[in-house]
Amino acid sequence: MNTEDVKIEIKNLGMAYGPYVVMRDVSARVKRGSIFVIMGESGSGKSTLLRAMIGLQPPAQGDISYGGQSFWGSDEETRNAQVRKFGVLFQSAALWSSMTLAENIDLPLAQYTDWPQADRREVVRLKLALVGLSGFEDYYPAEISGGMRKRAGLARAMALDPEILFFDEPSAGLDPVLSRNLDQLILELRDTLGATIVVVTHELASIFTIADDSMFLDAESRTVRAQGNPSELRDHCPDPKIRTFLTRGEFAMRGTTQ
Amino acid sequence: MTTSSIPNLFVEQASPGALLARVSGNWRQQSTLPAVELVREALIKEPSVKSVAFDTTDLTGWDSRFVALISQCIGMARGRDIDVRYDGLPEGVQRLLRLVQAVPEKADAHRIFVRTSFFRRVGERMIQGWEGILGLFTFLGQSLIALANLLRRRAQCRWVDVVEVMQQTGPQALGIVAMINFLVGLILAFVGAVELVRFGASIYVADLVGIATVREMGCIMTGIILCGRTGAAFAAQLGTMKVNEEISALQTFGLSPIEFLVLPRMIAMVLMMPFLCVFADLISIAGGYLVSVSMLDVSSTEYINRTIQAIELKGFLLGIVKGTFFGLLVAYTGCLRGMQSGHTAAAVGQATTRAVVSGISAIIASDGIFAVLCNALRI
Repeated sequence: MNTEDVKIEIKNLGMAYGPYVVMRDVSARVKRGSIFVIMGESGSGKSTLLRAMIGLQPPAQGDISYGGQSFWGSDEETRNAQVRKFGVLFQSAALWSSMTLAENIDLPLAQYTDWPQADRREVVRLKLALVGLSGFEDYYPAEISGGMRKRAGLARAMALDPEILFFDEPSAGLDPVLSRNLDQLILELRDTLGATIVVVTHELASIFTIADDSMFLDAESRTVRAQGNPSELRDHCPDPKIRTFLTRGEFAMRGTTQ
Repeated sequence: MTTSSIPNLFVEQASPGALLARVSGNWRQQSTLPAVELVREALIKEPSVKSVAFDTTDLTGWDSRFVALISQCIGMARGRDIDVRYDGLPEGVQRLLRLVQAVPEKADAHRIFVRTSFFRRVGERMIQGWEGILGLFTFLGQSLIALANLLRRRAQCRWVDVVEVMQQTGPQALGIVAMINFLVGLILAFVGAVELVRFGASIYVADLVGIATVREMGCIMTGIILCGRTGAAFAAQLGTMKVNEEISALQTFGLSPIEFLVLPRMIAMVLMMPFLCVFADLISIAGGYLVSVSMLDVSSTEYINRTIQAIELKGFLLGIVKGTFFGLLVAYTGCLRGMQSGHTAAAVGQATTRAVVSGISAIIASDGIFAVLCNALRI
């Protein structure tokens, strides 16, 4: 991979809660404009890694760099400037409950752009339309369903046309059709806006649909167990654990019956 | 900025009935952009227009706002039955526009804000108020049933919880109760001293502080402190449990939230309040003692003797009874507002505010009733 094409680089990252080590020596490179999936068993530290990537929790060791610029090695001001180029969709959408959907999306626009209010309103309408929520501008998060909240969260994550989008379990709590639509939307976002996308998930269907590249975090060894395109990992990875994971356990079953 | 990067929008008539919007320059992250009004004006000027096309060969950069504005133009044109051709737009913009139109706007989604009439609003307020009162008594009834179950030893109330809440409401509140009551005793003595010294009656500061404290100030101040400290905590905790569906989870196990959550809090509060009141009385009198002995011509023994003579047992007991009742009110309002909370962060905040407001109002109002009763009964 050409160094100029690398948008995100994770270097020997280690995460810990006090003396408890969650993971160590995690390294990965994410190509500009690609979709990178972080997968792994429950409790392998996927969400903890994501928290380090979006600036919520400092790593115990190592660093992450975005576009060649150090993230945790920089001072807080530089880090805040970098964070502004991120869009994050949290697992529970994390919409601000005291604001309407339009206000939720408008807040970052009002803070970080000098666009006139009329233009901001049009952008808010557009973002909501992109996620299929036209006309729901004046609703409060408590008044809409879980799936709609998730999509509104995505609209908010996209508000500032981020260079990097982070998704924490995007399909959790969505029905299969909605979850598939969301996958299509993620692919569209990569293609149209050229965004680099990092997805934490263990939803196999969406892993195979969207991922260009992936890494598998292992709870046992507390580090990266495999990296690569998920379909290739499924078919060719020598590690039985990875193939078991990517075939929902069928690989292991086949192993025992034979 | 070079001239070529300035965002520009020209509308021209390419052929009869066909408009061509030429878009050029860099439209990314600019503060001001050409107004879409140009397109609207052109459409109004040329009612014969049948189609609109775009030419973006000189467009060097775009972001969401560009897509939003184009989308707005398309909306305008659609409203006049004009055909819009996307092929001149950048590939990414075309795909986003298609995505936008993939889910049509739900016809009934838009909120319509209807101005409600004055009478309607008054009526709605009345109904809300009535429902509030009903809720108050429903909760009272539920609490009494829970209490009855407790007395029949059938309540699902864990004594571990009671002890834990007692720890939170009692020993952990001693610091703030001591500080506030000490200062109140001090202030009472000061205010009294100023007047009484003029009559050479400075020894009566002991009467003033002693009687005022045990009958009124000790229990009221403790009640208000616990309302702000513990009542608010009850409301916030129960409200958050509601948001997290913890209360629904209790119900699905057949556990009554009233017996399981509310009852322990009320019991703990009622058990701790008498002790806190006695503690508050002692500290407050100590505050008065400090002022009198250090600033007035009163000896330590005199002050203590005078205080013992001044305080009657019935006054002292009245203070404790009132304090216990205030504790019950605080636990009641805190739990009531917590259980009534909505399912959002903002609702939990409102529940906490309402808990403190109704707790303090209830304390003051009931103290008034106590005063009238005591007067009638000559206590």
